[in-house]
Formats: sequence, C-alpha cells, structure tokens
Amino acid sequence: MIRIDSVTKRYPDGTVAVDRLSLDVPDRSITVLVGPSGCGKTTTLRMINRMVEPTEGTILLDGEDIRRRPVTDLRRSMGYVIQNAGLFPHRTIVDNIATVPRMLGWGRQRARKRAAELMERVGLDTSLAERYPYQLSGGQQQRVGVARALAADPPVLLMDEPFSAVDPVVRKGLQDELLRIQEELGKTIVFVTHDIDEAVKLGTMVAVLREGGRLAQYASPAELLSAPADGFVEDFLGADRGIRRLSFLSSAALELTTDAVVPADASAERIAASGARYLLVTDPDGRPLGWAEPGELIAGDIRTDRLLPHGRPFVPGADSLRVALDCAVLSPTGWAVAVDAGGRVTGVVSQQAIGEAIRAAHARGRTDQAGVAP
Amino acid sequence: MNGFFDIPSDLQHSWSGLIGLHLREALLPVAAGLLLALPLAQLCVRFRRLYPPVLGATTVLYAIPSLAFFVVLIDYTGQSELTVMIPLAVYSLVVLVPAIVDGVRSVPGETLAAATAMGFGPVRRYLQVQLPIAAPAIVAGLRVATASSISLVSVGALIGNQGALGNLLAAAQKYDRPELAVNAVLTMAALAILCDALLVLLRTLLTPWMPRGTRRPRPAARSRRPEPEAATR
Repeated sequence: MIRIDSVTKRYPDGTVAVDRLSLDVPDRSITVLVGPSGCGKTTTLRMINRMVEPTEGTILLDGEDIRRRPVTDLRRSMGYVIQNAGLFPHRTIVDNIATVPRMLGWGRQRARKRAAELMERVGLDTSLAERYPYQLSGGQQQRVGVARALAADPPVLLMDEPFSAVDPVVRKGLQDELLRIQEELGKTIVFVTHDIDEAVKLGTMVAVLREGGRLAQYASPAELLSAPADGFVEDFLGADRGIRRLSFLSSAALELTTDAVVPADASAERIAASGARYLLVTDPDGRPLGWAEPGELIAGDIRTDRLLPHGRPFVPGADSLRVALDCAVLSPTGWAVAVDAGGRVTGVVSQQAIGEAIRAAHARGRTDQAGVAP
Repeated sequence: MNGFFDIPSDLQHSWSGLIGLHLREALLPVAAGLLLALPLAQLCVRFRRLYPPVLGATTVLYAIPSLAFFVVLIDYTGQSELTVMIPLAVYSLVVLVPAIVDGVRSVPGETLAAATAMGFGPVRRYLQVQLPIAAPAIVAGLRVATASSISLVSVGALIGNQGALGNLLAAAQKYDRPELAVNAVLTMAALAILCDALLVLLRTLLTPWMPRGTRRPRPAARSRRPEPEAATR
C-alpha cells in the first residue's frame, strides 16, 4: 500500500501545489487522481517516485518511508507512463521497452525476450520491434510506453495523463486494454487525469483534487456520482452524473415481459391475445427481427421487411441500467429488447419499468449507504 | 618546373604533405574545441544563468580577427603550428557551444522526465539520452566549425609560413606563379567539401532513428503543458 500522509509541497515562491494531502492507495487497484489543471495531481504523482520532494509530510510504501531507499532503486521499482509516451527517439521499440531491465543488469537476450512478451501483452505486433518511435502512431507509442513501464514487472505503476494526447477512439481502446492488463497483472496503479469520465471508468477509487492541491473527495466512482461531497465535486462531475451513475447499477433486476414477443409464424389468436401496443417479432431461433403494431400483422404472412427496427438489444446482468435505458430511449417503440448471450430474445422492458428499477436502486443505495456510513 | 603540383622547395613539403599538414592544423583544433565545448555546454544546460555570459564571452572571442589573435599569441607560442591552432580551437568552441546547448535542450520534456522516472542518474541520462538525441545538432555545429577552420588555416601563412596550403598563396606571389594560388584554393575547397561529406555520412550513421527525407527529428511527442520544474532534475 502507498500511504500519502499529510503531504504538502510548497515552492520557494510561496505557491502551494499540494496542501496537507492524505491518501491511502490500496494494493492491486487503480487509484485515480483527478482535478482541474493546477490542482497538484501531477505533483502528487511525482512525489511518489521522488521526482518532486515534499516540503512536509511523508509517503510510505508498504510501511517504509520512500526516502530511506536510494532514489534510482525506488524509481526502477515503479513503472512510469507519461503523456505522449516520452519514448527515447534514438532507440528501437524493443530497446525502449528493455531499458529498465537492462539497467537492472539483465542480459541482452533476456531483456529483449521480455520486451517481445510485453509487446504482445499490450497489443503490439512484434514485427514493430526494430522500428523507431517516429515510425509508430501516437496510440502505438503509448502502448510502447505502457510496455516499457511494465518491463521489469514493478509492483507499482505511475501513470501521468497517459491517454490525454490521443484521439477518443484510440483512447477508449487504450483504456480497455489497461483494464484488461490490470485484470491479468494486478498492479498498484496511481493514475492522473483531468478527464472525469476516464477517472470514473478506470478508477477503483477516485481522489478529486481542487485548485491549491486540496483533496475534495476520495471515494469509489459509484459513491462519487451518487453522493458528491460538495458543490465543487458536483460541478466537476458534470451535468449528467445521474445518467452516468446508472453505469454502476446492474440491469439484472429488471422485470422483463414476454407478452409482447411473438415468433414470425405466430397464429392470429397469439397476435390478438398479446394485448400490447407493439409486438416484437422474432425469427425461428428467437432472435429479434423488429417491431410492429398488432393490426399490421397478418398471421402466417408477416412481412419482415416492413417491421420497425428493434434497435440495439441489451444483455440483462451483463449490461448496466445505463445501457438498458439507452436501448429503450433509442428504440422506436420506447421498449428495450433484452437478449441472452446468444442473441436470443429473453423479453422486453419499457422505459417506465426501467425508471421504476432506477428509483428502486436509488432507494436501496440510500439504505446501503446509511448502513455502512463511515 | 612550372607544373601545377610543383611546390617550391622552400615550403619543405610536397603537395600531399601540405594536405596532411593542412588537415592536421584544421582538424585538431576542431577536436579540441569539441572536447572543451561538451562539458562547457553541459554546464550551461544545467545552470541556465551561465549560458548568456558564456555566449557573450565566446562571441567576443569570435569577433577578434584571426590575424590579431596570431600576433598576440606569437609572444607566447612563437611562430609555430600551435599559434595557428589555438585561435582555431577557440573559434570552434564558439560555434559548438550553442550548437550543443540547443541540441541538448531540444530533447523533449517527456523523454527527459521518463528517463528520470525510470531511474537514470544525471550522468547516464546525459550520455545515453541527451547526447545521442543532440547528435544531429552537434554534427551540424561540427560542419560549420570544420569548414571555417579549413579556410582559416591559410592565414597562418603570414606567421612564419604556418599556413600549410595557404603558404602556396604567398609562394604564388613570390614566384609569380598564379597556378599555385589556384591549386591552393581548389585543394582547400576540395578538402572542405570532403570533410563536410564525411560529417554528413557520420550523422547518417549516428541517426538511423530520424525520419528519412526530412532528416530532422520529428517531435511526435510534444508537450502541450509546461513541464513541472522537476522534469529536468
């Protein structure tokens, strides 16, 4: 565990970058430091590997003051990923990745073999090994940066806005990749960003910092979204935090109905008996074909090309309430289609039913929080 | 005895001997200038406030005409090769210090910060990161210094015939053999071009990591924000 204990950084000109910050970074999880520019998040990160020395306070790594270790040893035990990757332009990709192992005295062959392994782990083709950084795209360079940080298998990974300089599509890919790698490797990651969406997506815990380097709130993403500590945090989270919070609520409890689901070869009685305003027509395997009004359906001769599109379906349990709500909002009928992992319809659910589920979840959340209030 | 390559005997050298002498008098000072410029430039990078006065001082030295420089030095080092080479070394230094400083400063902030964060000490970082990345700028400085040095050696002809190929210019007047002057000029030009080509080749060998065609480091990763102060520690 990394314990940041009432740490202050004051510069000679009197500027306070970090103000009495205390934070416990749990092992094997992603802790995100987020806040506007000038909130001291990068300074805080750089105090962990002593690129910046605190004016007051201590930082403990597994109970030991980080100042008691030689600084280069400390840094070699912590991977570091920086915005724009910061690769060595004069070294090949494989040599970039092998940098720290080589400094730790690994043989050339072993270091290069390790580098090749890591290229695969971060999703880079090993044919890029002998290229130079300028020959790679920004996203590929950033992957190399992550591989380089992981090379000596450090327990701690410090990431300073690593994905800020790439376009949104590449950024999403890198974020998903990081989550996947983290699932496999279980590093203790401290991640700095100014993007609250990134913080909520990646963080196990999120520390929101405000200008002047003070901690505004330290909580899990779900708690942050449901109970912001003050107006600053609420503003910082943005206007749609209610919707985003639904990402943390499961769609498993939604009550699905199958009354409005009919197969394409349904009988006239079956169509008439449903009583629903819209019917979802499925193919013989149970996959959704589209929506239709009962009056438009002629038993035994359903024209599938005339059906309204069924929109994107969701998988109850696997998808969040946010996804379910999105499906319902996008559906031409206002009903969301639920499918199993194989894409077969398990039922449909209305916007109203999703709204009920959201209210129920919020009510549950309030009692849960009351129960475990610190 | 009036051939293009017939060197008057009072020069005590054959044509190829003069070339060897000329190269030695021109290139040793550049090498000496480089050896002095590297630590001096590193000091200027590390202590920013040192750079303006160093730049000012070297510029003043550069403004001293070589002939005046030679005359002053004759009192100490006599009419020797050294008298020619000392000013040339100083001129090289003047060209190389800003070239190296700019080269080292052109290393992207992220690259430096990443090196520091990976546990590079200052010496390792200088030798393995800053200097190699500054190599193209240093070679560019060497090209200027070498060309100017090769041409300036000829002024040494005025102080006891220490001008190597430049001595041919004096001999051309003395013996009324203009072809010797043509020989001197063409040979010096050829030497300068040859040395320049070798330096370009050296840079190509040193920098396989630069984009082809442009031969300029493309800062694919440029900082959008000013780096916090610790980046350069």
